Amino acid sequence: MNLDALLQGTDIWRGGRLSAAVKAVPSGFTGLDELLPGGGWPQGALTEIMMSCQGIGALRLLMPALARLSQGDRWICWVAPPHIPYAPALVNAGIDLSRILLVHPRAQQDGLWAVEQSLRSGNCAAVLAWPTLDDKVVLRRLQLAAEAGDALGVLFRPRHFVQRPSAAALRIQLDPGIDGGLSVSILKRRGGWAAGPVYLDTSLHTHGSLALHSRTTTATGSFRSQRQ
Amino acid sequence: MLLCNEAAQGYGICPGMSVTAARALARDLIIQPRNHKAEQAALQSLAAWSYQFSSQVSLYPPGALILEVQGSLVLFGGRIALLRTLRAGLAELGYQVQLAGAPTPLAALSLARCQREHMVEEQHQLAAALAPLPISVLDWEPTLLERMDGMGVRRLGDVLGLPRDGLARRLGQHSLLYLDRMLGRHPDPQTLYRPPTQFKHRLQLPSAVEHAQVLLFALQKLVLELCGWLQGLGAGVQTFDIALWHRQGRHTAVPIAIHKEGRDAEQFTILLRERLERLELPEAVIAVELRAGQIVELEAQSLNLFEKTDVRCEVDLLDRLRARLGDQAVQGISAVAEHRPEYACCYSAPGHSRKDSNGQQRPLWLLAVPRQLNTRNGRPHLQGELKLQAGCERIESGWWDEQDVARDYFVAINASGSCYWIYRELAGERHWYLHGVFE
Repeated sequence: MNLDALLQGTDIWRGGRLSAAVKAVPSGFTGLDELLPGGGWPQGALTEIMMSCQGIGALRLLMPALARLSQGDRWICWVAPPHIPYAPALVNAGIDLSRILLVHPRAQQDGLWAVEQSLRSGNCAAVLAWPTLDDKVVLRRLQLAAEAGDALGVLFRPRHFVQRPSAAALRIQLDPGIDGGLSVSILKRRGGWAAGPVYLDTSLHTHGSLALHSRTTTATGSFRSQRQ
Repeated sequence: MLLCNEAAQGYGICPGMSVTAARALARDLIIQPRNHKAEQAALQSLAAWSYQFSSQVSLYPPGALILEVQGSLVLFGGRIALLRTLRAGLAELGYQVQLAGAPTPLAALSLARCQREHMVEEQHQLAAALAPLPISVLDWEPTLLERMDGMGVRRLGDVLGLPRDGLARRLGQHSLLYLDRMLGRHPDPQTLYRPPTQFKHRLQLPSAVEHAQVLLFALQKLVLELCGWLQGLGAGVQTFDIALWHRQGRHTAVPIAIHKEGRDAEQFTILLRERLERLELPEAVIAVELRAGQIVELEAQSLNLFEKTDVRCEVDLLDRLRARLGDQAVQGISAVAEHRPEYACCYSAPGHSRKDSNGQQRPLWLLAVPRQLNTRNGRPHLQGELKLQAGCERIESGWWDEQDVARDYFVAINASGSCYWIYRELAGERHWYLHGVFE
């Protein structure tokens, strides 16, 4: 059997080709979208964002996608955020505040319950959470809930969880890049190998204020045509 | 013994038996004294619940209700469907009932009393249907019934077979009128039940309950009664209050709120369950009470409570989160035109946000309480020295409400690349504080 015949087989999966059939929300960063199946954050799935430290721009990375999702009629749900999501900055990032839902559970178990309910309900376009629990069964449940509710589930996690198994469809690792930018490595994605790092310009002087919005519109053509 | 359950019947105990005789058959028999007040309350709440099936409900204490259903048959899909719905609903409420139907109230009552699930459709069939019933089904004086028994008149057929003038002489005009009403020869206007304009039902528990989850079973009954009452009024509620009564008049209040007025028993029960699962009872509960909030008229819905079982129950996400986590745990957020950073952002009702922003550079995270920073050689430190970026924003305002601030804000980055929003006080000790994170 020669190589060509072998590659014709449907059971052979070839690296380097990303499935375009995946539903995704453009991240607003061209360099990143090129690496992501479907060209953006996976919708109806769980994404894990691993960070080495705070304050390097993990939320900024999500802002263009959240701004886009906030134009719809579903919630963007924040479950137990570590600080107050600062409304003036969200407005600056182009987010419609009336779609923001903040959930402050008292106990960790309630937090996971709220994440699962929000993901599964179908009422949320995106659900953001900062779980400290390391339980692959829980992650599996959340992944299934995100699929059921067609939600973009994003878990922000400390770097040391990188080695742990996870059912999330996408896992990325963030490190501070040069000049206030961000270095993004893809640890796991559907239908592809690990990739990156890719350097994104998320620096404050381009993304800190209203500039974020205008930058986004030039980054993705389809978004621009919708917004104008 | 007035009544006994199936387990007691298994021991050979039956109504009419003396307590001593019953005790002899089953030593562990639990005997409850008859409670007329509770019976009345139960009949009242059943009447309120029945009002959804007919606007003409009359009470026949101690244990009967009459519903005029001719006008409701079309709405509820015919006689058989209505009976099925009634039976299912009553079973769900935990009642054992005898249903019977007839063209006149007294005939229906007599049939139900002798435990015949009999449906008589036409008036001319009445006499034949009633004939085999014992005369004890009649609401007549016991002495009169005894006298009739002495005359060998034991069944309604015997009574109806007697000549009218003889009947009038022996039993009195009153009894004759009763028979005429029963057979439909004479009109029988009813005293109609009017549903109360407020709903407040209380249920005494058979024993003290320690666990909130066990209470759900009892509360479910009250929820079903509430929804039946609302259905009858063509109304819905947005809030209802549960009171869990402890001994010595103490109670635990459990308010329930729904985002949109409704009367869906299943939705109410799910919210109630979420709330009860989180509840820690200070002491055992001996009674539960449900009080409806402000009622709101809803559009006429032909959709019946029990017919919608095939529709998946949609409980709103916000209601569900609030029920389990509490109202304060679910918030929206607003941006307010205000110089002081801590006041430029506030919680608001989800879906209703103010969006005032002047476009100045702000961090995505704000600390609820500014955190004082360590300094070395007068420079602020946070996991390494913080390098101040060019540009300082001076914020001074608020003197009028004594919450004045006077600060110089900076964007600062440490060696690991973490970017913070920090300020230095312009007065006093001139300390450095961390106020936000450019995440």
